[in-house]
Amino acid sequence: MLTPARIPYLLLLPATLFLCAFFLYPFVLVAIEAFTRDGTFTAQNFQTALGHWKFPAAMTNTLLLAAVVVPIQTALALLMAVLVTKMTSGRDMALYVFTIPLGISDLAAGIIWLAIFEQSGFLNSMLYHLGIIDQPGTWLGYQSKGVIFAAVVLAEVWRATAIMLVILVAGMGLIPKEYDEAAEVFGASPWKRFIRVTLPLLRPSLQTALILRVILAFEVFAVVAALGGTSLPVLMGETYHWQFALQDRGVAAAFAIVILAISIAATLVIMRALRVPKEARI
Amino acid sequence: MTTTTLTDALPAHRKRGRFAMRAAVVALLLWVLVPLWLLAVNTFSSPDAVNGFPKSLVPEFDLGSLSFFAGFQGVSRALLNSAIVALLTMIMSIGLGAPAGYALSRFDFRGKESFRLLVLMTRAFPLPLLALPLAVMFIRVGLDDSLFGLALVHTTLALPFAVLITFSLFSGIPMELEEAAWTLGCTRIGAFHKVVWPLIRPGIAASAVFAFVISWNEVFAASVLTIQNRTLTAFLLQSLDVSPMPLKFAGGFVLVVPALIFIFLVRKYLFAMWGIANR
Repeated sequence: MLTPARIPYLLLLPATLFLCAFFLYPFVLVAIEAFTRDGTFTAQNFQTALGHWKFPAAMTNTLLLAAVVVPIQTALALLMAVLVTKMTSGRDMALYVFTIPLGISDLAAGIIWLAIFEQSGFLNSMLYHLGIIDQPGTWLGYQSKGVIFAAVVLAEVWRATAIMLVILVAGMGLIPKEYDEAAEVFGASPWKRFIRVTLPLLRPSLQTALILRVILAFEVFAVVAALGGTSLPVLMGETYHWQFALQDRGVAAAFAIVILAISIAATLVIMRALRVPKEARI
Repeated sequence: MTTTTLTDALPAHRKRGRFAMRAAVVALLLWVLVPLWLLAVNTFSSPDAVNGFPKSLVPEFDLGSLSFFAGFQGVSRALLNSAIVALLTMIMSIGLGAPAGYALSRFDFRGKESFRLLVLMTRAFPLPLLALPLAVMFIRVGLDDSLFGLALVHTTLALPFAVLITFSLFSGIPMELEEAAWTLGCTRIGAFHKVVWPLIRPGIAASAVFAFVISWNEVFAASVLTIQNRTLTAFLLQSLDVSPMPLKFAGGFVLVVPALIFIFLVRKYLFAMWGIANR
């Protein structure tokens, strides 16, 4: 019967069952797959994965990319958010343009920056028109890992800053204006007001934005595939390679567990670093 | 008029500040728009121009690259597959998510916090990795290389958003409206249908569009789970090494366009959605 006490459970049931079947259960499966081979418990998958010559490079590249990309994005998203809240005219237009990359897939972003960096691309064309070079040089060759890395950083910053921006703008809207006005009355400069008032009050949104972004940064895959092929190994790319090309699900699962582990570790660190005491919430 | 007098009255450093602000906004707008423009230039130029050097910064308005892309083996099928998976994802994530969002906004009950935790937990997990174990599971149940199977994985990505967004939308509609309808003789379902539904419809449409975009853009799970029935992203990724440049750029452009339109349609809701997703 539809008694009021049962209604919420009935409404939640489909979503809960779905998440159990397609979220919790598969993660148990992937853990089992990573720790077994031919039905017996073993650490062999991890030995193969971690012992592979590409693993140190993939791990370093993934962590380094996140360490470079996320701080730039945070700063840029904060700058955009402050500019947008201070704008008097054209605010909606600017916000729309700033959020466009939110709808763009990482693969498309990789292809867009490929158009710029490829040998007959727009960067070389521009340098040629300016008379700096006579011959188009190769930017994304397999020897020039530094340039590929920089191109991936640019593409990631270009594509994924929007998601932080949206969260931060929404968060700034929740901060009461009175705090900022009070600080202004007491003679605080705009920079001081930003550092001492806005930023601390923005901590919950900053926390959400950072967790989301760092996890997505560990999942970097298509951008790298489009720009560097296999010259710049990353964890997600190696997972795909083991699953799809080498058809070794156990090792792919071990890679998945490694990505999962660093994601959870990063989430815990960010939650701890930006903890908001219950009584300080707005 | 008032703005000019106001600006005149501002001290010199404030004026400089305004100028710096405007310059920064223009620079950031160009930062977002110029790469998109360059992709469009490549898309609307002939394949010869795309492979040529040096490139011009204005397109030739030649449809050669696009028709080459459209005629390429497997492309039309991949486009159709992408659309089907995205539509299935949209229907499933709203169908499952909206009732949950309604329950969270209207009722207090035991287990509410556990459910919210389950939804929030999805955020700390790299969800595309789910494709690995599900690939095995799908072979067992005969869903391997099927569009429905991929849509199930994409729904896992989109469902948490659907729950949080619809929760915030329902919370924005006062409970009193529904209660008033009950006192006037409406049943629970009748009140929902006559009072809540008309108010919530545009918001539901926006979150449905959001689910569509999540699925349309997803690369990893699509590439792992589809072999014959590839979506556009899987098709483009798997042919990156072998496909000619004009195909990549036209493909990238086709991938971007629906996303641009969708973000434009839901722009009003983006911030409302994320405001609540903070908590």
